[in-house]
Amino acid sequence: MRKISILERIRLLGRSGIDVIAALGKSTIFLLRVLFGRGGLGNSGELLVKQLYSVGVLSLVIIVVSGIFIGMVLALQGYNILKDYGSEQAVGQMVALTLLRELGPVVTALLFAGRAGSALTAEIGNMKSTEQLSSLSMIGVDPLKYIIAPRLWAGFISLPLLTGIFCVVGIWGGAVVAIDWLGIYEGSYWSNMQNSVSFHEDVLNGLIKSLVFAWVVTWIAVFQGYDCEPTSEGISRATTRTVVYASLAVLGLDFILTALMFGDY
Amino acid sequence: MRIRTLEIGVGLFLLAGVLALLLLALRVSGLTVDASKDTYKLYAHFDNIAGLTVRAKVTMAGVTIGKVTAIDLDRDTYTGRVTMEIDSSVNNLPSDSTASILTAGLLGEKYIGISVGGEDEVLKDGSTIHDTQSALVLEDLIGKFLMNSVNNKESN
Amino acid sequence: MSADNAYAVELKGVSFYRGTRSIFKNVDIRIPRGKVTGIMGPSGCGKTTLLRLIGAQLRPAEGEIWVNGRNLPTLSRRELFDMRKQMGVLFQSGALFTDLDVFENVAFPLRVHTKLPEEMIRDIVLMKLEAVGLRGAIELMPDELSGGMKRRVALARAIALDPQILMYDEPFVGQDPIAMGVLVRLIRLLNDALGITSIVVSHDLAETASIADYLYVVGDSQVLGQGTPDELMNSDNPRIRQFMQGLADGPVPFHYPAPSYRDDLLGAR
Repeated sequence: MRKISILERIRLLGRSGIDVIAALGKSTIFLLRVLFGRGGLGNSGELLVKQLYSVGVLSLVIIVVSGIFIGMVLALQGYNILKDYGSEQAVGQMVALTLLRELGPVVTALLFAGRAGSALTAEIGNMKSTEQLSSLSMIGVDPLKYIIAPRLWAGFISLPLLTGIFCVVGIWGGAVVAIDWLGIYEGSYWSNMQNSVSFHEDVLNGLIKSLVFAWVVTWIAVFQGYDCEPTSEGISRATTRTVVYASLAVLGLDFILTALMFGDY
Repeated sequence: MRIRTLEIGVGLFLLAGVLALLLLALRVSGLTVDASKDTYKLYAHFDNIAGLTVRAKVTMAGVTIGKVTAIDLDRDTYTGRVTMEIDSSVNNLPSDSTASILTAGLLGEKYIGISVGGEDEVLKDGSTIHDTQSALVLEDLIGKFLMNSVNNKESN
Repeated sequence: MSADNAYAVELKGVSFYRGTRSIFKNVDIRIPRGKVTGIMGPSGCGKTTLLRLIGAQLRPAEGEIWVNGRNLPTLSRRELFDMRKQMGVLFQSGALFTDLDVFENVAFPLRVHTKLPEEMIRDIVLMKLEAVGLRGAIELMPDELSGGMKRRVALARAIALDPQILMYDEPFVGQDPIAMGVLVRLIRLLNDALGITSIVVSHDLAETASIADYLYVVGDSQVLGQGTPDELMNSDNPRIRQFMQGLADGPVPFHYPAPSYRDDLLGAR
């Protein structure tokens, strides 16, 4: 084993720091070229529909199922805790606020990164390794416009909608448990919720969160695919990186956004 | 044909997503379409606002007629000044009405209840409710109760 | 016709580096128009890089690359995309678009670059597929095709826009003898019938030598030799002879550069 001197360590540290900054710059340039580069195609609508299907519709099942279960668990747990204070009527309010402010955007984004993000990376990486991207540009079509842009937009459109569906399904799941199972009066479940949930503070902020997450997750996914080493190991590494980076980015950004939105009271 | 089912699927998905957002807005947050209702401002000073928060509701006879929009300390009188926005449809509050800080349930949220006075003059935009009743602070209440029982024992 | 026009592609003093490693150093290559030119060399010598340089997917560090009278490194991104319409590439893996069927794959360049009516596109696609003998496979998806058939469909796609220059990246790798024979015949046939300039990059000696009119042997980041297949076979340059005759040891050593074997075994720790 070669011994690494302290100076060498510092040098390596500095170098990895520079690498991170370079990667950030590279991915930003990539994003700008996708969004603002010229040479769009006539049939971009059709491409977008195709991607909305594979990114959005195919993620629907996992989102709906997880939404129902998370809503039901929230209602059960919340009921057990609130019961001690005699305020089990507030279960609806608790389920709705938790879902709208935090769990909805975050869990949907995490599931989305795992389901659609990894698929995007693998698909684009596969296209790269089978030279489909090169062959596109040899035909005279910019792969950034033809392959990357529709996927980016599809992710950006899909995730907020999926988040909305997740929240509605979760609140409904919570209602099933609270009303039918735990015997909470239906009127108080809904009216407590309506009284405490504010459209601007809760629904809109949750929506803003999911918009931010949508950008970040899709961006990471398509960039990792486009930038991956075009071999099977390269693709699998890139897929792993997509899920890890996207999840970390979502959780980190969630903290920042929460502090900005709800921090001052 | 494959393209057709794909388009239908995507259409349904978009529809479901928009519907979900709509449900969240209307059903869950109780957003009313005419959100920008006309309101007017009233002020009230309390010795102790004890846990009242911005966005708390203002009720009269149990009916919500407005909400709290700001809470700050009045530097001259050392009292808490609460700013309320009242629906302009309720424009006939007598000037000697009483505002009190109430609690929904034992540990529930704080809100302001207004009870009607007898004057003919009504409260206008920017006027202040003078007759106020501060929040019941549980510790004070218990303290008073204990003192009373001690006093009672002594007088026996 | 000027002398320049005898060559479809000309590389003048081209250097290219990957990181600090030089792939090409001051290389001159001239591809004659209307002929099949083979570019050969050992694996990893940058043959594919050469194709990417000609296809303007990579930019040389130095030098000029003239294609049909235009110097690629000086062109803008948009002009490059236009230039590429004159070139077709058959990639190693075929590179068919996996989500489109055979018909749509071949029709793709036509749809992107032309505004032809649907019947015309259909006729052209059928003609191109007939040329590669796969008109019957029109409704299949790429993953239903064998490797050889994929390459033939990709070939049909590459000639869809009637390019002037057609490049083949390792067309013979991983093909069974029949598929190989079919491809050899096709390359020759297309070249002669359509008057295309063909560039075949390969390390499969026999097949390439059998169709090429002219050969370049590259290696060690430079051109080792050039000439007709016969001339090269009888070359007295030891490196070319080693490559052409497939000898294990020679100027290209069998052993990767290493410290002295003796020292390693006796353990200079």
